[in-house]
Amino acid sequence: MIRKPAWLIAFLVVGLSAAVFATSNGAWLENVPQRDREKVNPYRGQPDAVAAGQRIFLDHCAHCHGAEAEGTKKRPSLRSERVQQQATDGDLHWLLVNGNRGQGMPSWVKLGDPQIWQVICYVKSLH
Amino acid sequence: MERARLQVQVSGTGRSLLHAAYAIVLLAAMALPSWVGSSAQEYPYFVTYSQEMEEPGNLDVEFLSVVGSPHGGDSFIGSNIEFEYGLKGWWTTEFYLDGQATQNQSTIFTGFRWENRFRPLSREHWINPVLYAEFEDISADKSIREVVGHDGRYDFLVPNWLARMDKEREIELKLILGSNTHGWNISENFIAEKNLAGDPWEFGYAFAFSRPLQLAARAGECTFCPEKFQAGVEMYGGLGDTDGFGLHLTSQYLGPTVNWAAPNGLTVAFSPQFGLNGYSIPVLYRFSVSYEIQQLFSHFRRSDQ
Repeated sequence: MIRKPAWLIAFLVVGLSAAVFATSNGAWLENVPQRDREKVNPYRGQPDAVAAGQRIFLDHCAHCHGAEAEGTKKRPSLRSERVQQQATDGDLHWLLVNGNRGQGMPSWVKLGDPQIWQVICYVKSLH
Repeated sequence: MERARLQVQVSGTGRSLLHAAYAIVLLAAMALPSWVGSSAQEYPYFVTYSQEMEEPGNLDVEFLSVVGSPHGGDSFIGSNIEFEYGLKGWWTTEFYLDGQATQNQSTIFTGFRWENRFRPLSREHWINPVLYAEFEDISADKSIREVVGHDGRYDFLVPNWLARMDKEREIELKLILGSNTHGWNISENFIAEKNLAGDPWEFGYAFAFSRPLQLAARAGECTFCPEKFQAGVEMYGGLGDTDGFGLHLTSQYLGPTVNWAAPNGLTVAFSPQFGLNGYSIPVLYRFSVSYEIQQLFSHFRRSDQ
């Protein structure tokens, strides 16, 4: 009996796991659960939160979305109608927590809720 | 005599490599404009992996060092240079170059590692699994990137010239579990390692949790404000092997850990880690400096007029 090398089995396990990823259709807004959509931004209307959010944005988001959030070749503008009008603060919070990995958008859950809400304050201030 | 001459030669080469590597990162950190790097908001873990993946297109360059002094042996410093690149949102790859210097012996290049991490679930859950696979080709390694099997202080008593003869080609698999709740990150790793030469599977674990000192960011610029620091606790150790699973004759370490997101994209971390039994090295001092380059390849593209 031929004994399969352990590394081959490991490679197959990892490869199969990677293959089960679902690709995103880009319509992330439709995936947001109602309870997340209705979340209220505790920092809304606070000028300090907008300023703090801008700092966080420049640190983590500007390289993909542009320093003015105008978007880049591959990444969308955050001044769009979808972000500014259609998406609620709760929608954006859900997106930042979960990411959209199929489209290259990572999860930012490591920032923690307060900083995520502060970024949303800044983004929403751009309309 | 011949061996001594060879040792001096190897020692010189290894030391040069290590020095060159440190110089590259420090020069890069100083020379690159601040907008190239960003505050990485890393967790302050040295052994434990969290569920976080590198952002697609970003390159994280990190130097990790561990200093120890085993009873009855020479003090050592083990170092890694790590290049971590986000290929996809769900796939991160890392390449390491390893080296070590042992007092009264030599400074040597000890090998390389290549690892890949895959995140099978796209959204955040209460517990987020990540699959990890690594191949390493090392000898006389003292960087202690993980502890498995019956790894212990006796391994560090073998002189470098002898340890280098034992070439280890190994695969390592990990199940990484991570959770984020109320600002805390809690991560657990289950490790299985196999020497391709035919040794039994060896097992280990790592566990860590941490939290920023302050969750909300300040409105103004700051360098030493609490939000720039993350503190936590890390614990790891061996769990024996397929011939004897358990804690018997394994080394175990526990210690506090902290990092600081410095300006210009540098993150500095430090942790004293204490051996919990006589099989462990009494104290390990770990130190790291990392630098994240955002959207690496965008810096090589010609900008639009």
